[in-house]
Amino acid sequence: MSVERPLPQLRGEEKRYYSDLREHRMPYYHCAACDVAYARPHEVCNACGGGLERQWSSGEGTLYSFSTLQRAGHPYFADAVPYTIALVDFPEGFRSLADLATGADTPRIGQRVRVEFEDVTEDMTLAHFFVAVA
Amino acid sequence: MSISGKAAIVGAAELDTWVSECRSPVGLMAEASRRAVADAGLTLADVDGIFSASSHYTFPTMNLAQELELHPRFMDSSNIGGASFISHLGHAAAAIEAGLCEVALIAYGSTQRSDKGKLVSRAEWSAYEEPYGLIHPISSVAMIAQRHMHEFDTTPEQLAAVAVSARQWSLLHPSPPYPTPLTVEEVLDSKVISSPLHARDCCLVTDGGAAIVVTSAARARDLPRPPVYLRGFSESSNHRTISAMPDLTSTVASQTSRLALAMAGRSIGDVDTAHVYDAFTASLMILIEDIGFCGKGEGGPFVADGNVAPGGSLALNTNGAGLSFTHPGMLGLFLLTEAVTQLRGDGGARQVPDASTSLVHGMGLTIAAHSTAILSTHAD
Repeated sequence: MSVERPLPQLRGEEKRYYSDLREHRMPYYHCAACDVAYARPHEVCNACGGGLERQWSSGEGTLYSFSTLQRAGHPYFADAVPYTIALVDFPEGFRSLADLATGADTPRIGQRVRVEFEDVTEDMTLAHFFVAVA
Repeated sequence: MSISGKAAIVGAAELDTWVSECRSPVGLMAEASRRAVADAGLTLADVDGIFSASSHYTFPTMNLAQELELHPRFMDSSNIGGASFISHLGHAAAAIEAGLCEVALIAYGSTQRSDKGKLVSRAEWSAYEEPYGLIHPISSVAMIAQRHMHEFDTTPEQLAAVAVSARQWSLLHPSPPYPTPLTVEEVLDSKVISSPLHARDCCLVTDGGAAIVVTSAARARDLPRPPVYLRGFSESSNHRTISAMPDLTSTVASQTSRLALAMAGRSIGDVDTAHVYDAFTASLMILIEDIGFCGKGEGGPFVADGNVAPGGSLALNTNGAGLSFTHPGMLGLFLLTEAVTQLRGDGGARQVPDASTSLVHGMGLTIAAHSTAILSTHAD
C-alpha cells in the first residue's frame, strides 16, 4: 500500500504562498518602509502596519543549520532515509525550511545552497534545496 | 501589586512515573489529585480552581472535573506544551490573589509509554513545514544543536555529559528507572535519530501522573506541610515553528528567568536547586546558558566539567528529570514536584542540604515557550 505524501490543507495567505511557488521562483514579502523581508505572506508589516510587496529572491542562500534524519518523520519518507532538512538564509533577509539534497557529502553550515521547485500535484509546488556547485 | 509570596504549594504527589498498569490519563490525573489534596490536609471539596494541559485531551480541565465530580469556579487549560504547568502555577497565584478561587489543583496524566508510540501529538503542523518530513520535535531541536555546535564548537561528547549527569542524579532516587550509570561512550554509541542527536540525547518515554495543590499564603500557614511559596513568575514565547525561531542558539528563557528572579528579589547565585526542562541534552544546555548559570556558548565546557552532576556547582534536576527519571509527554509538573521535595527537605540521598530557593523552568514545543517560577521556603 502506497502512503500519500503529507501535504497541508491550505488556508488564506498559505494559499497565496504556494500559488507564488507555482512560478518556480522563491518569493518573499517586503516592507519598503521598514526594509524588512518576511519569508511568508502577512496581511501587513508587523512593525509599521503598511502593506507588503511580493518580491523574488535570487534563489541562492547560505546553509544556516540542518539535521540528517535516520528515521522517517512520516511513513511517506521511509525509503528516503537518511534525508536532510535544512534552514537556509537568503541574502534578501529571510529564512526558509526545506529538504536539502546533499549528495555523498556531509552538509556544512555556511555553504551555498540553491532552491529548485517540484510540482508535486496539479496545484501544489514544493521548494527543495540543493548544495550549489561553486 | 505583585503575586510574589502571596500563594504557596501545600500539597504534591506523583505516581506511576515509569509505566501505569491500571490507569488512563484522566485516571492518573484523578489519583494524583486525590493524593496531592490528602498531602495538603484538604479534601476534594475544598478545591475550587482546576488547571490542566494534556497531550491526550483537548479540554483536560473538563475531563478532570467530570472524573472527580468537582465544581470549580475557576478553570485554566492554557497549553504551551511542557511548560504549561509552571504557567498554571503563576496563573493560579494570580487567580487566588484576585479572589477568583482559593484552593487550586494543577493536575497531569499521560500513558505515553503504555501507548507504545501510538500517541499522536496534538501539535498541528505548519503549512510551510509539513511537506518535508521532520520528526516533531526532534528534528527542530537537532537543527538548534547543530547550530550551537557550529557557533560555539560544542561537541557531541559535551552534549552526552548532560545525559551522564542526569543518570548520576537518578541513581540517588529510591526508584530509578535504570539501575546503572551511563557513560559518554554509551550515549555516542546509541543510534542517531536526527543528527547530531542520538537516542540517549533524547528524554525517556514514560507514563506518569502528578498534581499539586496551591492556596493563599495565609491559608497555607494553617496546613500540615511546610508551604513552598511562589516568589517569582514569568512566561513568554517567541516562535511556534522552527523556521520562524529568530536565533537558534538563544531563547526567551533569558527574559522569563530574569523577570521571575526580579519579582522574587533574588539573583541567580541565590538558587539552591534548579529544575529545568530537559527534553534533550542540547535543549537543556542552551537553557542553562540563557537562564544564566553559565555564559552564552559556555554550556558545553560547563556540563563536561561536571558542574551539573551530583557534587557539582549547580544542583540541577536532582531526580534525573526527563533524561533519566520520567518524561510522560509533558514534564513540567514533575519539575515542580521535585522542587517541592527538595524545599521540604524530603530528598533523602539526593537532598541538597539547606535548600531554600529553587528555580523551576519549563520549556514547550521546539524550545519555543518558556515559563519560570522561583520557589522559596519563605514568603518574604
